[in-house]
Amino acid sequence: MSFQPVHFYQTGTFTVGNRLLEPSERSVQANIQRTNSLNSGHRACQGCGEALGARYAIDAAMNAARGRLIAANATGCLEVFSTPYPETSWQIPWIHSLFGNTAAVATGIAAAIKVKKHKGEMGDVRVVAQGGDGGTTDIGFGCLSGMFERNDDVLYICYDNGGYMNTGVQRSSATPPAARTATTMPVGPEPGNQFGQGKFVPAIAMAHEIPYVATATVADLRDLEYKVTKAMGIRGARYIHILVPCPLGWGAASEDTILLARLAKETGIFPVFEAENGEVTGTLKIRRKQPVEAYLQRQKRYAHLFGKKPAVETIARLQAAADKNIRKYGLLDQEAN
Amino acid sequence: MLKQTEGSHAVAEAVGLCRPEVICAYPISPQTHIVEGLGEMVKSGEVTDCEFINVESEFAAMSVAIGSSATGARTYTATASQGILFMCEAVYNASGLGLPIVMTVANRAIGAPINIWNDHTDALSQRDSGWIQLFAETNQEALDLHILAFKLAEEVSLPVMVCMDGFILTHAYERVDVPTQEQVDAFLPPYEPRQALDPTDPVSIGAMVGPEAFSEVRYLAHAKQMQALELIPKLAAQFKTIFGRDSGGLTHSYLTDDAETIVVAMGSILGTIKDVVDEMRQAGEKIGVLGISSYRPFPLDNVRAALQNAKRVVVLEKSLAVGIGGVVSTDVRMAMSGLQLEGHTVVAGLGGRAITMKSLHALFAKAIRGELERLTFLDLDWDVVNKQLERERTTRRSGPAAESMLRDVGVVAARIG
Repeated sequence: MSFQPVHFYQTGTFTVGNRLLEPSERSVQANIQRTNSLNSGHRACQGCGEALGARYAIDAAMNAARGRLIAANATGCLEVFSTPYPETSWQIPWIHSLFGNTAAVATGIAAAIKVKKHKGEMGDVRVVAQGGDGGTTDIGFGCLSGMFERNDDVLYICYDNGGYMNTGVQRSSATPPAARTATTMPVGPEPGNQFGQGKFVPAIAMAHEIPYVATATVADLRDLEYKVTKAMGIRGARYIHILVPCPLGWGAASEDTILLARLAKETGIFPVFEAENGEVTGTLKIRRKQPVEAYLQRQKRYAHLFGKKPAVETIARLQAAADKNIRKYGLLDQEAN
Repeated sequence: MLKQTEGSHAVAEAVGLCRPEVICAYPISPQTHIVEGLGEMVKSGEVTDCEFINVESEFAAMSVAIGSSATGARTYTATASQGILFMCEAVYNASGLGLPIVMTVANRAIGAPINIWNDHTDALSQRDSGWIQLFAETNQEALDLHILAFKLAEEVSLPVMVCMDGFILTHAYERVDVPTQEQVDAFLPPYEPRQALDPTDPVSIGAMVGPEAFSEVRYLAHAKQMQALELIPKLAAQFKTIFGRDSGGLTHSYLTDDAETIVVAMGSILGTIKDVVDEMRQAGEKIGVLGISSYRPFPLDNVRAALQNAKRVVVLEKSLAVGIGGVVSTDVRMAMSGLQLEGHTVVAGLGGRAITMKSLHALFAKAIRGELERLTFLDLDWDVVNKQLERERTTRRSGPAAESMLRDVGVVAARIG
């Protein structure tokens, strides 16, 4: 591919084509040498945000680890759709043990590598652990916190689609307030998921003061690749939390996956930032702030908020939560305010 | 080298000699001294090329072990009681994946009511987990079984539990013969995994298996245990040539050849039973003992061969299958299928209740007289039980049972017998 100097027609856009970039700046996915760690042929739904996120994240990790990577995977959609044996989509050494122990399994892999490396039986192999929000923020939380606290040399990636989608869309501790799931039905005086205190694991990861924590969405895949690459350049416990829309669970059109991920970021509902040793070091700014309705209205899981009598108060509470994120993480440039 | 040492420390030394590569530690009595000992050995450099990881739960301990074993590292952990229940899901996963992890179970009762003392209900709760389960009679055997366990586990690619009585063995100071590194190295070669997470040869481990192959995969687990059944005596013979001791094996018979009454048991209680048997033999009773060393795989043929000429069998077990009676007895009865024998189940020593020679004398004599019931709870205090049953019959809000019964007993920790 010949090189052309970059000429940005849209200043600050992320849609600039690879051919306009120097080879060193091109995305991992744009490289014909990419590993296709999660190969084609798997059985994810159309428009699956998790499949997209995993593909970019693991290929970027493989690129950073020079092909020497082992993955541990929690039970969940990613595990089920990628390994209906005798087929497997994984081109890398991969293990699925249980729903709630992935961080600990990864700790074990890292420990074995450390010993084998010291004995000269193995090179410098790196470890990623991955799971959905249920496997991370709920059932796997104890093992995750233990791995953080010991600062084990593991990159843990959480693909957050806000619920237990593999078992039929039930509520997890990452399900947003007011959202409909199979266990938070839109009935009664307070339809949908309750407004709780929230359980935002990136902030909990930061409280462990691990070397690196980041959030990302599948709308900004270069940002995701950058964060995975950066995480792989660091030793110790690292955590990346990726928002991955789920057309099935969210009641959204398959072609809206990227749009919804972008709207989650542009509304402030999902703050995109990175943090080192417990302190925020960077945020992805909102480019054109949107009201939360723009995000909510495209998803059937919020349909009960927009009936004949719109749930104005509930929507206002969701807007307030988004605005709080914007203040807390500084998601708007000062001049944009 | 002969040493006067604690059972736990003897086991720690044995594990250290096996050149472990990853050790996961989570404290639970009465196994703590084992991992404490190993932690010190790794930290001081006595054991090299080993990662000692303090984890946050037993579930994590077994999960870390799964990860390291799947990456080809020789892996060890220890637990007991509630710990084995908490890690249960990972226990089944380790055997399902065919990972040769070795774990000590310092046998302890399961609550509620919470109880830290010895019985076998913890290990036996996992009898169907697919792990090989070996029971030690003495501290020497506990030490030896760990060396055998690594070899057995790695040969058949199955995890092995070495079960030793909590406190009775783990905390007892006894003379043990600690082998040399050269002896252990001669017996136990470096671990060559059948499967490993290796970037130079990527595999997927732990995929979903549907009805099309699930039975076959599960049958393979059974077939591997049947291989272990063949292998265990061979390894015991090999062990003897290198270490000069009889250790391990499937069963141990003591004076069973002409015995009309045979007592079947597992673990450290065998010593007490043998003493009683010796005394009863002197009084002319034809009585013997069958110790089961390998509980899983269960040596049906050996047990049957040992029992077939007896008139009666008393299975004395430190476990209770609530709602039927015995756990070990059920398996022994399967071995006795078709034999015309009187079979008795005696549940004894639960939660650390001492099993005294006096009680055993009376028990065996009763069996010989033909007066022993099919199911007996040794030394049960019927007054306490009946009082509680009466309370529950007469009072709807009878209160928490264990606490009421303790109050009826009236003393705490003053009487264990």
